[in-house]
Amino acid sequence: MEPRPPESTRIGVDEWVASAAGRTSGHAGAFGLLRRLVDRVPDPARLAIFVAAAALVPVLTSDQYVLRVGFDTLIFALLAIGLNVVVGLAGLLDLGYVAFFGFGAYAYAILSSDHYGLHWPAEASVPVIVVATAIVGLLLGLSSWRLLGDYLAIVTLFFLQAFVVITTNGNDVSFLGFGGSTDLTGGPNGIPGLDPFTIFGLEIDSERGYFYLALVAASIVTAILYLAVRSRTGRAWQAVREDPLAAQLMGMPVNRLKLLAFAFGAGIAGLTGSIQSALSAGVFPDNYDVPLLITVYAMLILGGVGSLSGAILGAIVVNVSLEVLRDANQARWLFLFAILITLVAKVRPWPKLVAVLGGLVGFGYAMHAIVAATWPAGTKGEPAGGDAIGRAIQSWLIHPSHSALEIGNYAFVILLLAVLGLTLVRGVWRTVALVPTIYLAAFVWENRLIATVEAQAATRFLVLGALLIVLMAARPQGLLGSSRVEIV
Amino acid sequence: MTAEPAGAPLLELEGIDTFYGQIHILQGVSLNVREGELVCLLGGNASGKSTTLKTILGLVRPRAGAVRIAGEDVTTRPTSYRIARGLAIVPENRRLFAPLSVLDNLRLGAYLRGGGEKEDYERVYELFPLLYERRSQLAGTLSGGEQQMVAMGRALMSRPKLMLMDEPSMGLAPILVERNFEIIAQVHAAGVAILVVEQNANVSLSIADRGYVLQTGRVVLADEASKLLAHEDLRKAYLGR
Repeated sequence: MEPRPPESTRIGVDEWVASAAGRTSGHAGAFGLLRRLVDRVPDPARLAIFVAAAALVPVLTSDQYVLRVGFDTLIFALLAIGLNVVVGLAGLLDLGYVAFFGFGAYAYAILSSDHYGLHWPAEASVPVIVVATAIVGLLLGLSSWRLLGDYLAIVTLFFLQAFVVITTNGNDVSFLGFGGSTDLTGGPNGIPGLDPFTIFGLEIDSERGYFYLALVAASIVTAILYLAVRSRTGRAWQAVREDPLAAQLMGMPVNRLKLLAFAFGAGIAGLTGSIQSALSAGVFPDNYDVPLLITVYAMLILGGVGSLSGAILGAIVVNVSLEVLRDANQARWLFLFAILITLVAKVRPWPKLVAVLGGLVGFGYAMHAIVAATWPAGTKGEPAGGDAIGRAIQSWLIHPSHSALEIGNYAFVILLLAVLGLTLVRGVWRTVALVPTIYLAAFVWENRLIATVEAQAATRFLVLGALLIVLMAARPQGLLGSSRVEIV
Repeated sequence: MTAEPAGAPLLELEGIDTFYGQIHILQGVSLNVREGELVCLLGGNASGKSTTLKTILGLVRPRAGAVRIAGEDVTTRPTSYRIARGLAIVPENRRLFAPLSVLDNLRLGAYLRGGGEKEDYERVYELFPLLYERRSQLAGTLSGGEQQMVAMGRALMSRPKLMLMDEPSMGLAPILVERNFEIIAQVHAAGVAILVVEQNANVSLSIADRGYVLQTGRVVLADEASKLLAHEDLRKAYLGR
């Protein structure tokens, strides 16, 4: 199509596409610029940048903890992109997914440990595990021939529960009474003492080695899926997701495509399970239950169902946030950063932003002075963690030296009401109400949510929940997902 | 009836009896479409039009009777087998894959042929130049008339010998209905046999060679289109004059 000059508009000639660029309004400001830059990077380049950045992590640090968190994040990313095949591409709500992860882990444990005295190297065990898990996935996938949506979800969830029950009680199984009984899964104690991952004589024995192993696996799987999405089968999966009947009318083998998606996702989960269990050096039934399923789903939904890079991003955001929140000092940084970035993004124009920030500072010092004058103990509390920033806000924030937890409990309830109230007021009153609400949030955060180690453990999931609610409300399609297109 | 030309018809239904559970839907339906013909199947609500289509496509199995494509009995064959033998359908309400691009929708139409060749796309773009402009746009964001073009293009991608059209005038503005039937005539002129299933007797009979009228599961009239247009009862029932 030759580009037409805009002045030569002819009656009856449609120019929506030709004039699309001029009609598209993007986001303004720094976020818009960032968005356009990100959009311009082609997907393979995104993967390359991600792999290169991730590969630098072990170079920059030799901290075992950081490497372990990185490894876990990559494992979660693998699980999320595997789940994305079944749920995101083929549209099959599979709630039994982590059973395949567990199946891969148990298969590795049985093939490479003292449990049966088998010590298969990875180049032998991994292909067997992947194929076996894919076959189990195929069998579960048979249920999707007749069941869809919530019905399929219930049946697959039942499968996950069956897996947990079988592994928990699998320490005394017999095959219809033949050949005596055997300890297949180690029961509730699991199977300890797994061999390290050994591939072609190369034994992986460090956190760093496992990090690279997971990174290589994640890159290969991502590359394969990138090609799969753009293949004939990948398009057919999406067709089945959108309209199974129409897909059938185009001659697509709908049932076979569903089985293939189940097997594909299961195979990836099986591979991931074998890598993860090798580093953990043990498998236990509780590790492959509903909490893990919910975490992986949260990652996929947050990143954007159907988006490959979204699944990886979701895994990073969720797992790294959960880890950062373990430490009071880091959690405080995250809290302050989240408040600041939200204000910068949402409060416009900038004089209003300056007013809110200035008001916040002034309000805090005023409150601090009032409490210090009337109730001296009210400002004598010690910050949790107690790094520089923690001590710095002590002269701004009220922090009682005793009964802080009790006051914090009441303040928490008041905070929830205040946030609800904030959604009801409009205009300038909302801006005015914002200042004490944020101050109250900071008070609750310091005096209740990160005040004790026990509170921190609960706060992690509380904050993750809040993060999910806020992000999903802002972008219902997920961070990198595309919004639904409905035919009306 | 015109004289039967030599060779087996492209599509032949012979004495079809279809049941939904205990309910006898189609009762001895026989019809045929020969190569290059444009045939329309008329009928009111609940006359069995959709069931006839489903039987042709293999979505329901008849309890008695035979479905033949180019002389081959396909009564027990699955849908994909029939599509591969030269059937294609433009479904009622179009049923596009909304979040996929126009190009991907066309590609999926040629699924059994591995995604289609250059000449297939050229043929579709020649019939619907607008689709070329819109090829990377998501199908769900198109207007109703444009979606109808995608649905027809998608069906053409499999190089069908016989195209089935389910209620092509449904939900379209009168001007678009006319345009739609012009396109159907155009596709027909390109050598594709067409079976149009319609309630709108006037427009469909005006371009058809022959027509069948279905009523409560039986074929009650079968004749040349021009004769049906002149038929007294049919005019009263469907054309309202």
